[in-house]
Amino acid sequence: MVNALRNSLINARKGFWATWQQLSLPIVALIICLPLIVVGVSFFIGLAGEEQRATLAHLFDNVIGEYVRHSAILMVGVGLLVLVIGVTAAWLTTACEFPGVKWLRWALLLPLAMPAYITAYTYSGMLSFEGPVQSGLRAITGWQLGDYFFPEIRSLTGAILVMGFVLFPYVYLITRAAFIEQSRAAIEAGRTLGLGPWASFYRVALPMARPAIATGVTLALMETLADYGTVHFYGVTTFTTGIFRTWYGMADKVGALQLASLLLSAVVILMVVERISRKQSRYHHAGRAQQGSRAMKLKGFKAFAAFTACFLPVLFGFLLPALQLLVWSYDRLDTWLDPNFWNLIGNSLTLAALAAIITVIFALWLCYGKRVAGKRTIAGNGATIAKITRGSVAFASLGYAIPGVVIAVGVLVPLTWLDHRIISFSESVFGVNPGLLLSGTIIALLFAYLVRFLSISIQTVDSGLSQISHAMDESGRILGLKSKEVLTRIHFPLLRTSLLTAGILVFVDVLKELPATLVLRPFNFNTLAVRAYEMAGDERLADAGPAALMIVLAGLIPVILLSRAMNRRQQQEARALDPRPGEIYEPVKA
Amino acid sequence: MSLLKLSGVEVGYGRNTIVDNVTFSLKEGEIGCLLGPSGCGKTTLLRAIAGFEPVSAGRIELAGQLVSSPAQQLPPEKRGVGMVFQDFALFPHLTVFENVAFGIRHQPTDEQRKRVNQLLSHVGLAGYGPRYPHQLSGGQQQRIALARALAPKPRLLLLDEPFSSLDAELRESLATEVRKLLKEEGITALLVTHDQQEAFALADRAGVMYHGRLLQWDTPYGLYHQPSHHLVADFIGVGVLMHGQITDDLKVQTALGLLVGDDVPRGAEGEAVDVLIRPDDIVIDDSAERRARIVARGFRGSHFLYTAELGDGSHVLCMASSHHEYAVGQDVGLRLNLDHLVLFPAGYCDT
Repeated sequence: MVNALRNSLINARKGFWATWQQLSLPIVALIICLPLIVVGVSFFIGLAGEEQRATLAHLFDNVIGEYVRHSAILMVGVGLLVLVIGVTAAWLTTACEFPGVKWLRWALLLPLAMPAYITAYTYSGMLSFEGPVQSGLRAITGWQLGDYFFPEIRSLTGAILVMGFVLFPYVYLITRAAFIEQSRAAIEAGRTLGLGPWASFYRVALPMARPAIATGVTLALMETLADYGTVHFYGVTTFTTGIFRTWYGMADKVGALQLASLLLSAVVILMVVERISRKQSRYHHAGRAQQGSRAMKLKGFKAFAAFTACFLPVLFGFLLPALQLLVWSYDRLDTWLDPNFWNLIGNSLTLAALAAIITVIFALWLCYGKRVAGKRTIAGNGATIAKITRGSVAFASLGYAIPGVVIAVGVLVPLTWLDHRIISFSESVFGVNPGLLLSGTIIALLFAYLVRFLSISIQTVDSGLSQISHAMDESGRILGLKSKEVLTRIHFPLLRTSLLTAGILVFVDVLKELPATLVLRPFNFNTLAVRAYEMAGDERLADAGPAALMIVLAGLIPVILLSRAMNRRQQQEARALDPRPGEIYEPVKA
Repeated sequence: MSLLKLSGVEVGYGRNTIVDNVTFSLKEGEIGCLLGPSGCGKTTLLRAIAGFEPVSAGRIELAGQLVSSPAQQLPPEKRGVGMVFQDFALFPHLTVFENVAFGIRHQPTDEQRKRVNQLLSHVGLAGYGPRYPHQLSGGQQQRIALARALAPKPRLLLLDEPFSSLDAELRESLATEVRKLLKEEGITALLVTHDQQEAFALADRAGVMYHGRLLQWDTPYGLYHQPSHHLVADFIGVGVLMHGQITDDLKVQTALGLLVGDDVPRGAEGEAVDVLIRPDDIVIDDSAERRARIVARGFRGSHFLYTAELGDGSHVLCMASSHHEYAVGQDVGLRLNLDHLVLFPAGYCDT
């Protein structure tokens, strides 16, 4: 009797917590989506008043055509470039063996460490009139200023080249993974049906990788749309620069919001494309992974050509810009002794660490909510709850595609409104003006980072959690663990790496982030990225060097993590290549 | 003339020899089967025949044409060999129709359509052409893979564990269906499996492979009743090996008594041998004077499989209908029902 009562109490309490946790998910998701909602609806609000309609009409008449044209050219150019470079590199490094291929497999990831705007600064420096290329040219030929034509890197074409060489690893990484995962049998089936080795690439491997390639290109295009630093520095007017100009230059918040909403709709189209191609790629995984298909051994000229094709993107995307940064940093050695510079590093690190911790906590919350909801469906109480929780997590992950400028604008508007409510409340009750508590402090910045980078940590935490099956929990319980101990003794040790990885990824992304930081940073609060931007903006490129170098060094961390993950896969492949009886060709049967 | 002929084929990587000196042949229209446990090299051998693995010694001939030798290797697409893969390997980006038509894409559209539709109705999937592989069940994907391999009318069809990813019930019915289809099309086929029931259901000729060597190439009946190697006896069916001693009058003295058969070779008098005793060689008969004690039993549905211990402590297996139930520990009589003797050189006996 007493036991029954206690049990029902425990159950009721459990039910309360579970329900509360699940209810919290949609609320959290809503808060995280708030900036997007604000931007989304602002377009329609913009149609409400006479004055707003006039603003919109003015924007359409004067600037939007140019923004659309530039953004479109940029996207087509960058899209083609990343497609060609990424797919070529992915295929060569997967299907062929040539000297240096092992090194290239991970070196092709290096451009990921370079934020596009920093690469843009280095090329501007290298190719300027005083830069090493033109000086060298003059020294050799004896030409003087005006004697020769030299293409201007600070142009639309320049921006396309810079972003293409920085963003191609997205296509390379995802396409290569798809090539590796392709069933060897599919290629061999093509051979038995009469295809030669090259035809089986064009007719089987490439079409099967199509969804992956599409995903990679869309991700690169999202980054292209989100970019502010490069296009601003190269003088290309796009939506992002337009939002900045309208917001700051013309102090026209409504106009900026409307531009942001247009940019948002372009991004939404890309997201839909990406979702569809991801969905398709699920069906494109027929069969088991490509086991030990032996790579073609290239020799002589072919090997040289393959090496060059893979090395040039590394050279242009990473080695040259990195070298330029090193040279600048060496030129400005005194910067490293400047306490202000260390102050800057301190600011950046604090901000990035705080954002990483907050983001991981939110990701854990959402992912556990999803896991619990998924489990409860089996018991039969709440397919809808499971659906709502899954939906909430999906919504909270939308930010990855949204340009930082759009998020910044969307964060600033509601927080400023809230701040003014707080101020008037505080003045009327306490007679004190507390100032802008939210929008004027790093709270606004942290909120924007949370919106933008939550999906990265959700993905990492989710894949970590998905490796812990419910059966593991249950066997833990059967072996005598309390439910709390299941968390501490099973989940935490298994999740530790995922949590750390999620934290590091967010940390580095925050360090690199420029546009949202520019808009939302508190007065006189500087970070490394902002410093690099300001110095470059003042044509003091060399002074931007040390800050940029720090960002790139931090950016190398996730590249190392990625290449280690790729290495593990490679080793599994290598094991498959060396077929010991019973391990490979014969499936192990119970 | 044999359509497929392997002589002394060896496949190896470095010091690792996966297939060792394999010789066998397959006549036109015959269905062959390579049996063996995981890792015995049977799939590697199949892939060598398809042209995916180079041979390091020996030769493979297809309809009299040399296709593989250490010196030369015809690429897979030039062999006219069809293959059904273990995981089917349907092209996920193509429809069922396009998959089946893939190998005959150079033929006129009309003929393609005719052939594909003919094959689809042959495998019982008429009307499935516009679907995608992921919309099909495992058994359906299997049949499409078969149809795709058959479409170009290959000289030889290779099947790599074609039923292993299907559930047991489907496996048997499909195996029978596939045999019917292959016979109708007059296809020569070679199948690789670890499942002897599959081999028995499909094959005209079968071989057991162990550690890269083909131990015996025979009819399924021959593999079961006249295994030439103790490992074949061990792999095919159940049974035990017993110590025996050949007597001067060419009978075999064992714990079961004196066994008589005309299979004992002349001149082997006095030699020690191992005798294969299958459960169907022994009948439980309470009136029999040969006594044994039941030490274990396994229920098999229609019958029980009993393990009986003889006077000298050696074990034999025997079957009895499930209507006759004996308890463990019970004393029973055993009667022999041997129509031939299977003898191996002594030394492998498990008791």
